[in-house]
Amino acid sequence: MNVVCVCGMGIGTSIILKMNAEKALGRLGVPATVTTSDISAARGAAQGADLILTSAELAEKLADISAPVAVVNNFMDATEIETVLSDHLPRS
Amino acid sequence: MSILNFISVQILNVPAYLIGIVAVIGLIAMKKKPGEVISGGVKAAMGYLILGAGATVVVNSLTPFGDLILKDTGAHGVVPTNEVITAQAASQFGAQSAYIIVLGFIVMLVLARFTPLRYVFLTGHHMVFMSTLLAVVLSVGFGPGQGIWVVLIGSVLMGVIMVVMPAFAQPYMNRVVGSPDGNLAIGHFNTLGYIVAGAAGAAVGKRSKSAEEVNFPQGLSFLRDSMVSTTLLMLVLYMVFAVWGAIVLPHDTLMQIFASSTSGPSADLGAYIMAAFAQALQFGIGVSVILYGVRIILGELVPAFQGIAERVVPGAKPALDVPIVFPFGPNSSLIGFLSSFVGGLFTLVVIAIWLGPAFGLALILPGMVPHFFDGGGAGVFGNATGGRRGAVVGGFLNGILITLLPAFLLTVLGTLGMANSTFGDADFGWFGTVNGLIARLGMPAAPIVMVLFALLLVAAAWIFKVRRVDTGWLPGRARAEWLAAQKEPVRH
Repeated sequence: MNVVCVCGMGIGTSIILKMNAEKALGRLGVPATVTTSDISAARGAAQGADLILTSAELAEKLADISAPVAVVNNFMDATEIETVLSDHLPRS
Repeated sequence: MSILNFISVQILNVPAYLIGIVAVIGLIAMKKKPGEVISGGVKAAMGYLILGAGATVVVNSLTPFGDLILKDTGAHGVVPTNEVITAQAASQFGAQSAYIIVLGFIVMLVLARFTPLRYVFLTGHHMVFMSTLLAVVLSVGFGPGQGIWVVLIGSVLMGVIMVVMPAFAQPYMNRVVGSPDGNLAIGHFNTLGYIVAGAAGAAVGKRSKSAEEVNFPQGLSFLRDSMVSTTLLMLVLYMVFAVWGAIVLPHDTLMQIFASSTSGPSADLGAYIMAAFAQALQFGIGVSVILYGVRIILGELVPAFQGIAERVVPGAKPALDVPIVFPFGPNSSLIGFLSSFVGGLFTLVVIAIWLGPAFGLALILPGMVPHFFDGGGAGVFGNATGGRRGAVVGGFLNGILITLLPAFLLTVLGTLGMANSTFGDADFGWFGTVNGLIARLGMPAAPIVMVLFALLLVAAAWIFKVRRVDTGWLPGRARAEWLAAQKEPVRH
């Protein structure tokens, strides 16, 4: 699956989220590509993505895109990220 | 010998190749697959070249803008933009700053491993900016041919600042997060602004309700999109000075400013205004391109750095970028941003009327990105210790800091100081200015004083961490007690 992590500038917190999401996907045993994007380019990056991970305040801006958007409150909380991801895994 | 010479001059002195090699080494250390190592190395090197391409676009946009301000006001005017000044400095100081990042990271790991300052600074773009800043101010101060000393001393200063700032901010951060155990640390080089905002909040907001209880209009949140906010701000600034110029400058002078678009028979006021409009858009484009390059580089480097840190200093706290505090105060961050912007405009007027003529300080025009992120952070810290009043006062003080400090920094940036940009955040300002002043002592005194200064910072942070942070001290205690008393039922 394709996961895109979004933050304001795409250079700070989204990279932290990407690293933690990759670890969580590894623990869940899901093969996935995780990329980062800033909010300016997020709509474009969301094309072809299976899931967007972002913070609550940015999620509002992405409310109308086709890919599912999941909110992560604490980008450092491995348990929360794993729960969010497992709730959004593609049904096989 | 000629082969060694070729490697050192043609490869290790070219920042893009150097960054690619660093990424490759990091990815190999993380035991990544060969394909990932190759793609990471290529992307990191290409990212650096993209950054340079963006810099060219921005410089071409800023040159007429600086010219316009100078002709309008007679003063040198600057919009602080870290990305721009870093990209501008890359050709001259890129290799040195790449070495400073790598060695500085190692110094940080050593400090995190053997002192109570157990922090791993993971905000990659701020590492890039800080290493560039140090490479520039040390090179300017030490003089030509001292590259090795610039790298060595720069790395010590870099490693030290990355662990001491998170330590000093930790009690305030604990108040923001609402837990005394310090799970999160702030790793962002506007920490002085956050500490000032937190301390001011504790002083002014002993009985102020939280900003989060207000229904704040969310209409300004579109400014979170940096491409939109940067371009709009530049349009406004460009238009203000273009119209100002149209009023006060003679026609021939006007037509020279955007000579390429306003030459020949079609040269009139309309062409001049639209040329200014187009240049403002070019600035937004250039910054976007630079950020794209930065994003690609950091996507490869930060995970590698973090993987290495986890092995060397297991259990150290990650010090992270400022947006991690925004969820703890979405309203406060907007209040802080607006207050910071007002503080910046207020200080701009002070410089224009008094400090500029008296001390030759440059006009620092507000940069949207620093005010948004730094002011937003200051608002959250101010609200955590002093409620609404804390958010407003903290943001305003931050705005003063990030206008005055970049002006001081410009005076030590040497030849780059005329390049129409400076670093925008508070820590770059104070740390760069202090070290720039020390660097003026020249060789061999300057490196010795710098190492002593670094040791002093470590000692101060060490004492603060053991005596204050680890004993659970929190700022703004009076307000916390007042809030607790508010919640208790009223006894008759």
